[in-house]
Amino acid sequence: MRTSFIAKNPSVLIFLLALAAFTITVTILSEGFGIGIISTSFIKTLGKTLCLCLIAVAMDLIWGYTGILSLGHFAFFGLGGYMIGMWLMYERTRLIVTEALMQGQIPPTDTEIIDGIGNQIFGVVGSSDFPLVWAFADSLGIQLLLVLLVPGLLALVFGWLAFRSRVTGVYLSILTQAMTLALALYLFQNDSGLRGNNGLSGLQNLPGVEAPQSIVSMWFFLASAMALALGYVLAAWIVSGKFGSVIRGIRDNETRVRFLGYSVEGFKLAVFTLTACIAAIAGALYYPQAGIINPAEIVPIASIYLAVWVAIGGRGRLYGAVIGAGFVSLISSWFTGGQAPDIPLGFFTIKWVDWWLVLLGLSFVTVTLFAPKGIGGLFDLFKKDGDT
Amino acid sequence: MIRRLIACLAVICWCQAGLAQGITLQEILRENKTLVEKSSRKTIGPVIEEIAASNLQQAQSFLEAWGGKQVWQRRSDGLFFVGTEVAKRQYALSDPDSGDAVGEFTKKELKQLKPNSGVRALIASALVQFQLSDADPAKRAEALLAMERTPSADQLAPLRISIEDEVDAVLKSRKSRLERLLTISFDPDPATRVAAIQSFDGDLGVDVRATLNPLVAKTLNVTAGDLPDDVNIAGLLKSGTDNLDRVQAYDLLVDSNLAPAPTTPTDIRAALVEHIDGGRVAKVSVDQLSDPVVRRQAYDQLAEQSLAPAFVGEEDITKTLNDYTFYETYAEPSAIVTNAANEALTKIELKVGMNQALDLGLDAISLASIYFLAAIGLAITFGVMGVINMAHGEFIMMGAYTGYVVQQVIPNHTISILVALPLAFAVTFAAGVAMERLVIRYLYNRPLETLLATFGISIALQQLAKNIFGTQARPLTAPGWLDGAWVMNDVVSISYIRIAIFILALIFLGVFLFIMKRTRLGLETRAVTQNPRMAASMGINPERVNMLTFGLGSGIAGVAGVAIGLFAKVTSEMGNDYIVQSFMTVVVGGVGNIWGALAGATMIGFLQKGIEWGNPSNTLAAQTYMIIFIIIFIQFRPRGIIALKGRAVGD
Repeated sequence: MRTSFIAKNPSVLIFLLALAAFTITVTILSEGFGIGIISTSFIKTLGKTLCLCLIAVAMDLIWGYTGILSLGHFAFFGLGGYMIGMWLMYERTRLIVTEALMQGQIPPTDTEIIDGIGNQIFGVVGSSDFPLVWAFADSLGIQLLLVLLVPGLLALVFGWLAFRSRVTGVYLSILTQAMTLALALYLFQNDSGLRGNNGLSGLQNLPGVEAPQSIVSMWFFLASAMALALGYVLAAWIVSGKFGSVIRGIRDNETRVRFLGYSVEGFKLAVFTLTACIAAIAGALYYPQAGIINPAEIVPIASIYLAVWVAIGGRGRLYGAVIGAGFVSLISSWFTGGQAPDIPLGFFTIKWVDWWLVLLGLSFVTVTLFAPKGIGGLFDLFKKDGDT
Repeated sequence: MIRRLIACLAVICWCQAGLAQGITLQEILRENKTLVEKSSRKTIGPVIEEIAASNLQQAQSFLEAWGGKQVWQRRSDGLFFVGTEVAKRQYALSDPDSGDAVGEFTKKELKQLKPNSGVRALIASALVQFQLSDADPAKRAEALLAMERTPSADQLAPLRISIEDEVDAVLKSRKSRLERLLTISFDPDPATRVAAIQSFDGDLGVDVRATLNPLVAKTLNVTAGDLPDDVNIAGLLKSGTDNLDRVQAYDLLVDSNLAPAPTTPTDIRAALVEHIDGGRVAKVSVDQLSDPVVRRQAYDQLAEQSLAPAFVGEEDITKTLNDYTFYETYAEPSAIVTNAANEALTKIELKVGMNQALDLGLDAISLASIYFLAAIGLAITFGVMGVINMAHGEFIMMGAYTGYVVQQVIPNHTISILVALPLAFAVTFAAGVAMERLVIRYLYNRPLETLLATFGISIALQQLAKNIFGTQARPLTAPGWLDGAWVMNDVVSISYIRIAIFILALIFLGVFLFIMKRTRLGLETRAVTQNPRMAASMGINPERVNMLTFGLGSGIAGVAGVAIGLFAKVTSEMGNDYIVQSFMTVVVGGVGNIWGALAGATMIGFLQKGIEWGNPSNTLAAQTYMIIFIIIFIQFRPRGIIALKGRAVGD
């Protein structure tokens, strides 16, 4: 089964080989495990980019293959980050608080420790009590489960509501955007229980791990690469089978698929929920590398950027999504990081920090108009039959 | 010779004044000479009162002079005069009673009365009665305002006297209102006060509530035995119920020294830390103290040895609380007055509640008109043409910046707004036409890609605006005649700018309906929307119609931008605030129908205000719940409030 799947899809094998080559090269050049040419902060950037590639694969699955332009997947991404962030922050604060209290003349009671943690975490929003959502924050296992469960359930409920009332096309896009906005606004409140616009911070430190950041960042980089590989194979496997044919049919003509007797809503809901879970995993890997998560990450525009990446990379082909996300996010950080050289025009100097978004917006319009297949479309020039 | 004559005359006048009114200021001052010379706030009171009560016409000007440090005492005979400096260290004195000039003296011969701030305050309050009957209405109003701000018991009498002679009707009503308020607070007779309270039946003024509320303010008291008879008791409270929680009740006992403070974990910890002795506390090893049970045992040991106060826990608190009776008293001792005040307040609260509902309704209407303004352009481009324009918010922003630029050129705000409105329309109309020609017309069959392409334009425009105008907010100032608010009473008010926006929204609605139903363009637009090919075969140029319609929708967004910029800050990101709401307004209302947009805006506006009212001081939560509500609403009416029926629905 597996051999035949790989054999039928040589692109998957090529992708995995490319990813492996990339990962090994980076590992050899890294500070933590190799000769130290690539700095730790750039390792983190690469690791984060891999996570963005993973969510782009999810986006491609829901948009490129199923035809649902979801503007809410970054919300799932953020939720995944919040779920893992809660444990990271709780556990790290617990260690710090316990250590500080142990310095006292008599050892602390459990209540004292929990009060101390509460003060540390929620003092910034003027509270010290643990909200209900933090009930399982002390357990890594449960929080890891919640990384999948919370976004998954949200996607399930939202998708069920949306699909059963046959909201389609741009209406669905606007509805998902509304959901994202609602979630972001909710998290922005101080009494949401997740520290309002302060968000969760200090996530780059793994509690109880003494290893330096150069090592930890490599772990996360490798984990992200592994997650991307697994997610890619999963997505490729899904779209190559009968399930893939059905969802492509839904994309091209939903009514006809429904008349053929397929439960269109069921398929859509399955893809929507699955991709939400993939997005959540990507988020759970991304934010420990970013170190901080706050509601500003979830605002609707982030999800639109996600769609932009996939469109530029070439939707309807998984490697296109990966290329788009990797290319655009890396080039973005190059331009906005102030590394790109300014262009003096004599009367006016183009500073890329200011003009990069203008360029991105316009190039995005250009891609949509003249190259609907995106960067991935270039690959079609080299072979005769396209890989839909 | 002449001087003698004048002196004689002065003496005669002085005698006459003295005879006619019995007494003069000079006499009063001389009688209280020591008090006046060493005037202090504590002792001078009677003298000032005597002057004020003397009914002498010159009393006011003299008190003013005194307060202004212009009263001097002649060293030679100890008489008091009003003096003004005519040359350096040279003063012209005049008699305090007659005002006649007495002559010029050097500073050496005189001693200045220097009232300190306390004395000046007394003089000022004594002056109130004169100011209240001053000939100048502005001064009377000023005095009244000062009294309204700091009411006190001694104002009551002079105020009552001044009411009768008041000629100005407005001031008279203000005086009588203040008199009734002061009566409520300070009159000694309860019946008069009750009558005054009842005269304010249903009055919405903030001043009435500010006067009544202190009367019915309650204080919590506790007693072990029977309730005292000499206080005005509001009611009994039982601890542990909603009215009085246990902690609050017990805190009162602790504060009144009726019970020992409860022992908190912090207390236990502090006591244990204090008595650590060689790694052990009360024979318990310190290492074991991370267990609360062990801590408690160790603490009890300490308590037995009298090293710490006895442990006071929940059971002790319950037991103690049962021994005491808790009751609330009014600050006001008279029960008749508090009953009347309560009754009046209940009625007022009811009326205030109704007026607040009205105010909320006005707020909601104004919010709805803002949403409507923001969405009406979208109702054309999205609703009628089916084009998802994510750059709609940026057209609003362009309109607002156009208004800002116009204001930089034309300083007169009224003219600049009148110029800005058509100019904003022109600018965004051109931008819309350009966008339609360059981008959107290639994407009519690919709505999702339109969404993405226009989003690309949106971020480009936003960044462009940021590059040109910078990140800080730019002001778009409304003309002066739009400042202020239409105040109906102390509860209901609406700013003129919001009324203007409401009217603008109505005008837009009219213009839209006129264009769509009564003009050639509207007819052609409807035809092209319904069936472009058929329309083309009837001689309509669909490309041209699409271009103009899109331009119209964008132009209206620009005009809305000017209006929105008047009350919101103009920033490059202002479009973001309106784009999602605008789309939801159109979707909730029903696509393809201007009445739908109106219904959607109204519903969202009222909903948001309603939720804000139920959950005040939290706009974020209100928006969150509103969006959730909309998502659920779409489940039941996927095509909006006003859904198109039949063939027009299309897909």
